[in-house]
Amino acid sequence: MHKIRVIPVLLLKHWGIEKSVRFRAGKYVGSPINAARVFNGLNVDELILLDIVAGEEGRGPNAEIVSQIAEETQMPFTVGGGIRTLEQIRVLLQAGVDRVCINTHAVERPEFVREAAEVFGSQCIVVSVDVKRRWTGRHEVFARGGRKATGLAPEAWARRMEEMGAGEILLTSMDRDGTMSGYDVPLIRRVADAVRIPVIACGGAGRVEDFAAAVDGGHASAVAAGAFFLFYGPRRTVLINYPHDDDLARVLGEDRVRRKDFKVLPPSRAY
Amino acid sequence: MVVILDYGAGNLASVVRGLRRAGVEAVVSSRHRDVAAAKGIVLPGVGFFDAAMERLRSGGLLGLLEERVLGARVPVLGICLGMQMFTEHSEEGDAAGLGWIRGRTMRFRFEGGVDAPKVPHLGWTAVRRCAEGPLFDALPPLPCFYFAHSYHIACTDAAVVAAEADYGIRFPAAVHWGNIYGTQFHPEKSHDNGARFLRNFVKAAGLA
Repeated sequence: MHKIRVIPVLLLKHWGIEKSVRFRAGKYVGSPINAARVFNGLNVDELILLDIVAGEEGRGPNAEIVSQIAEETQMPFTVGGGIRTLEQIRVLLQAGVDRVCINTHAVERPEFVREAAEVFGSQCIVVSVDVKRRWTGRHEVFARGGRKATGLAPEAWARRMEEMGAGEILLTSMDRDGTMSGYDVPLIRRVADAVRIPVIACGGAGRVEDFAAAVDGGHASAVAAGAFFLFYGPRRTVLINYPHDDDLARVLGEDRVRRKDFKVLPPSRAY
Repeated sequence: MVVILDYGAGNLASVVRGLRRAGVEAVVSSRHRDVAAAKGIVLPGVGFFDAAMERLRSGGLLGLLEERVLGARVPVLGICLGMQMFTEHSEEGDAAGLGWIRGRTMRFRFEGGVDAPKVPHLGWTAVRRCAEGPLFDALPPLPCFYFAHSYHIACTDAAVVAAEADYGIRFPAAVHWGNIYGTQFHPEKSHDNGARFLRNFVKAAGLA
């Protein structure tokens, strides 16, 4: 039976994790290495790390942090942030990254996605799509960390990226980001129904019930969250956490949840 | 020393680390003398069938691999694409494989609109053993492993299939025949189940 993936997303700003609300006003959360270790120790399904200033600084994801996390974790690890060349992807994969996330450069040059898929394989290529609802009520894709409007509709863009060879779409609602007020389920559904490749829903998770809404109502193949796994309580105290299998099973059903209660391996090095 | 064949693209560091945790030192190489001296060989999991086969061919490795694996019976582990290369043919690139396992590699094809399973098959899926054997020793009855693939194999000979998984259709998740071992999933990315699996492989293959 295939399981629904529940994926923490870490936003890296220089050397620390930041958590935004609606793509603004980041709050420093802590060390990315530490967070990755905690999630690895909790046996989570997968980890996504996005270097959110790499693009504007004209570089790729922070190599040192990426390789240290890759070295210490035994789960699939997806990395994004400023990726524009095949060589950057090659170096990331050699460092132990499994999949790369392309966002702004896919908008600037869609052919790059095809080139990357042809060299590295579709299952290595995730296209990250950030979406905001305009004042007209229509949804629009934004690039450059949510700063540049593209004029693209999310479903059409997702379909184009699928045609180019993307293996998966990471769909983030900018309006729900950091709010923990629930996913934008109608948006997720329109995009997921438009493509045959998996869609990861992101932006707005605040309770485990939201995961069920994204999957059953939104047809997402996987659910991702940032704030939900980094904060706790009404004052948003920083506390790295992940739902218990029993809570996930209650909302997703036992057969769609991967039970992680097999003995957890100790970390590969002392710290 | 275990040699992990290098056919071009992808994440091999995790395989090296996974094997190290399982008690075996491995090196990434495509050099004849490394392959000839290897106590075990790994065909890793990323790339394309036709391109990988062409790399082996142009590297002059096909004959050497056949001699080591089929002749000298050196243990070999194929992961994902690596296992697919054991088959006789793949739709991916319409290319001939190594032919060490009778069967072929085919793309997932699903009808059914929005309810059809998504392709690639990405994520954790439960695996069901087909027979008792060393590979799934000390693992729970339906262990989950991480899959990332758009193609799957179909074996002519059911006896080589060590485990199956369901994703829209039933397909072989692992094969084992003598010194030949293969997994469609990525044990190096499957947390504790994967670590246990690699440890079982290393012990079954007499590598540690």
